Amino acid sequence: MNEQQLSESEVFLPKSELQSLIDLLRNDGMTVVGPTIDQQAIVYDEITSVDELPRGWTDRQEPGKYRLEQRDDDATFGFVVGPHSWKKYLFPPLTTVSTAEKTDQGWQMQTPEPDSTRYAFLGVRACELAAIAVQDRVFTGGPYIDPVYSNRRKNAFIIAVNCTEAAPTCFCSSMNTGPECRSGFDLALTELDDGFVVQAGSEAGETLIARLNTSEITTSQSETAGQARQQAVDQQSRHMNTDGIRDLLLGSLKHPRWEEVGNRCLGCTNCTMVCPTCFCSSVEDVTALSGESVERKRHWDSCFNLSFSYISHGTTRDTISHRYRQWLTHKLASWHDQFDTSGCVGCGRCITWCPVGIDLTEEVAAIRGNGDSSQSGGQS
Amino acid sequence: MSGTCLASPSIDPWLAHTVRIASITDEVEDVATYHLEFSDPESAKSYSFLPGQFNMLYLPGVGEAAISISSDPAQEGTLDHTVRIAGNVTGALARAAVGDTFGLRGPFGSSWPIEACLGGDVILVTGGIGLAPLRPAIYELLNRKSEFGTLSLLYGARHPFGLLYPSEYADWEQRGMSVNTTVDRASPAWQGNVGVVTQLLDRMPLPNPEETTVLCCGPEVMMWYTARSAIGRGIPADRIWVSLERNMNCAIGLCGHCQFGPTFVCKDGPVIRYDHVSSFLRVEGF
Repeated sequence: MNEQQLSESEVFLPKSELQSLIDLLRNDGMTVVGPTIDQQAIVYDEITSVDELPRGWTDRQEPGKYRLEQRDDDATFGFVVGPHSWKKYLFPPLTTVSTAEKTDQGWQMQTPEPDSTRYAFLGVRACELAAIAVQDRVFTGGPYIDPVYSNRRKNAFIIAVNCTEAAPTCFCSSMNTGPECRSGFDLALTELDDGFVVQAGSEAGETLIARLNTSEITTSQSETAGQARQQAVDQQSRHMNTDGIRDLLLGSLKHPRWEEVGNRCLGCTNCTMVCPTCFCSSVEDVTALSGESVERKRHWDSCFNLSFSYISHGTTRDTISHRYRQWLTHKLASWHDQFDTSGCVGCGRCITWCPVGIDLTEEVAAIRGNGDSSQSGGQS
Repeated sequence: MSGTCLASPSIDPWLAHTVRIASITDEVEDVATYHLEFSDPESAKSYSFLPGQFNMLYLPGVGEAAISISSDPAQEGTLDHTVRIAGNVTGALARAAVGDTFGLRGPFGSSWPIEACLGGDVILVTGGIGLAPLRPAIYELLNRKSEFGTLSLLYGARHPFGLLYPSEYADWEQRGMSVNTTVDRASPAWQGNVGVVTQLLDRMPLPNPEETTVLCCGPEVMMWYTARSAIGRGIPADRIWVSLERNMNCAIGLCGHCQFGPTFVCKDGPVIRYDHVSSFLRVEGF
């Protein structure tokens, strides 16, 4: 889509109408999920009212640090991304993939009925749209299709929000995923002081707009929205050089930097839990006390866990540096071979939520630049 | 390329069939072969596999383990798995009895490249339990013997009592495959070779190395030395195939456990052309 086409379909939604949007979606039988404040962070949870949105709050982020602060305005989406991502709903952290019952004919296995929940995601950022597109390739690209993901994904209604600010940890421009939402949404909003410039990205989105109390946008509203989006571009200070990154990393498997970062990394798995594209999981049996009824539960797992690569004669990746190397080379290099895309969308979560502030852009720069990271990348 | 024989992707890939242990053959210490039959006749009819593929054997309440199929793919109704006790699932399987039921998902993964071997000599190099995933290939090569040149099995074990399927060697020899064994530690009665299996490869004559295919299954270091020896003798790297082992949880390329660089061992492997993974084989902890 080009700019001309985008602006043609834009309308103005007053702030007072945001509740109507939520109500319409809920009346249509959808579960609306949006940003809300919990435990001093902006997370994603089911919402019913605009009052649950983090109006007037923002997040301050840097490597290893995340703090909420009161804004000096009452912006509804005046923050970036928090520890949650939408994978929490599309690829649930805990789900039952099959069951087994002991019968007179022996063990009988079944798979659960598809989940009929229809989610409406409110406040999906450009990097998160990109992350959903990445996980679409992982879970539905075949040859095997994950039934849980594909069913939830098929039913999801996506309301994107254009970022108007960038955190120091953001680098979506480097990954070519944002900050502007270009595709993969039903509606996209750009927040102004008194309302939202709304753009439809699908027929379902257009239908919903027609049911809302909108007005035509003025030239000034369109310009203000454009400037707000540009601010998110201009504020980005972190970069990652992705030129030839696949060959760079897979050709540097014995680089001393892996040992060095392995000494700092705690192997805590935070980066993989907050990453919107990390998809690793394990299935384990949960057995009823009778021993005759079993649920096979899939839970998120991480390549940073020692048991993750365990085989009969030991653990393949037995040091933290081996595990960090696996994570980074998978995310930025072998992901290209596997899914024809990078596994990184530049959201910066792994930088913010790393307890020791390890910054992957700095690690890549160090490997690229013979160890002198301050000169060749990271934050400029 | 190797062929694939996917479990029908239209069916929920998490759904396991019920199988029953029809009989058990004790092989060597801690190793037994489980002869399985499907409870549901429809499942039995629709199930087929290619040599080198594996199943996920599911013991409810314990978990799943990826186990290669070790029977002849041409023998309908026969589904054997030769299993060494190595962990919880295989340990529980060792305590199971004839008539017990459990779950099976599969077949999964790539297969030995039988078609790529046509017209040339084939050398199978393996050690210990590694013979089990190669046995279906042995059967298929012997069933179609006239389509290949010479067939040789080079097989090593720690000691003479560790050699799998010894009662079949005479039949394999008689049908046209030379069987050459070696052990690390001989017993007093052992009259055969002593030493690592790659020495057998070093010593064997290779009249047409460029037309020879190597199928190899064993520890990674053994496969690396085998490939080095084969390449040193003039066998092209793209005619050497290895079967890799990694932690497998889902078998359908979705859980991430089995990655080996760009390769998902469960769906791109376990059988992989050597030159596709050679650069990673000697990287420690990769």
